[in-house]
Amino acid sequence: MEYILILITAVFVNNIVLSQFLGICPFFGVSNKVSTSVGMSGAVLFVMTIATMATYLLYQYVLVPAGLNYLKTITFILVIAALVQMVEIILKKVSPPLYQALGVFLPLITTNCAVLGVAILALGLENGSLLKAVFFAVANSIGFALALIVFASIREHLELANIPKGMKGVPINLLVAGLLSLAFLGFTGLV
Amino acid sequence: MAEKMNLTQNFLKGIVKENPVFVMLLGMCPTLGVTSSALNGLGMGVATLFVLLMSNIVVSLIKTQIPSKVRIPAFIIIIASFVTIVEMVLEAFIPFLYEQLGIFIPLIVVNCLILGRAEAFASKNNLISSIVDALGMGIGFVIALTVLGAAREILGSGSLFEFKFVSEDANTFILFILPPGAFIALAYLAVLFNKISIKTT
Repeated sequence: MEYILILITAVFVNNIVLSQFLGICPFFGVSNKVSTSVGMSGAVLFVMTIATMATYLLYQYVLVPAGLNYLKTITFILVIAALVQMVEIILKKVSPPLYQALGVFLPLITTNCAVLGVAILALGLENGSLLKAVFFAVANSIGFALALIVFASIREHLELANIPKGMKGVPINLLVAGLLSLAFLGFTGLV
Repeated sequence: MAEKMNLTQNFLKGIVKENPVFVMLLGMCPTLGVTSSALNGLGMGVATLFVLLMSNIVVSLIKTQIPSKVRIPAFIIIIASFVTIVEMVLEAFIPFLYEQLGIFIPLIVVNCLILGRAEAFASKNNLISSIVDALGMGIGFVIALTVLGAAREILGSGSLFEFKFVSEDANTFILFILPPGAFIALAYLAVLFNKISIKTT
């Protein structure tokens, strides 16, 4: 039951992009085609899950016993950067088709604040455990994927629409994101 | 004389022509996430300005020592150290702001604006112009965040810098302090900014 609640909260009620504002850069950057947004979502799911697992273990079993909590930001970002590199190298060797699909998105993920954000947020979960933290990461990356893919499909339609000159480009995208976020606001109170 | 002109231009470009928020769309997460009031926007802006300035200074001083293959991780460590300093200072001296900004303080590390300036500017230019560049970009960021925060606070809670100018039970446009309001307010500010900057150039 608890896990279902985490899933619904992360995907709909507290959507990571539309109500917590994490991962906005890829949200606007790679959302011009549905196919690229699917690739990006896959890469985020992959990296976010592994990164949260690694940082959670590191925090609980190394940083806390050593009393080095304040080094959490530095160590987490380093772990994530190293992980992304490692995932890239391993994927290239082990699964070339998967690398083909996700490869270009991997370097971008180091500076995706959603990954670092979820890694930090996962530490604050109630009665946290490793399993819960990992599940939290998976749920959040599903939320990220949902927001990104829906937004990309809307943007594909926007190309055909007649938009006032001053609104073209950035403003109309922000406005669409605003309306999407308004729709997700409707889920408030669900949990 | 020519050099002085260059420095002024360098400083001004961050505020208007290459404004990090309205034009370059850098650092969007904190821009949207913390600007539910003008004070939060200002606090976040100043914290980012500090990290940007310090990291630009350090990067520009040691740029010849860093092998180019590991420069990105090296920049990230430099930035993360200053973010940790900001985090500890805020927690100790301005706990109220620390609570308000929450998760977005450690996330200054992944603000693309800071890494972007370190990579694109400080690693190629001397100390003085790196400082000027950081100040210009940082102040542009502070202005953008404060303006966005002020617009949302005026519409959403009928106050500015916590100073209320409508009666307590007045109906305000609450949408603007909720998440969707961030996107919508920034959209219209970007339109306004486009109009103004087209006119002046």
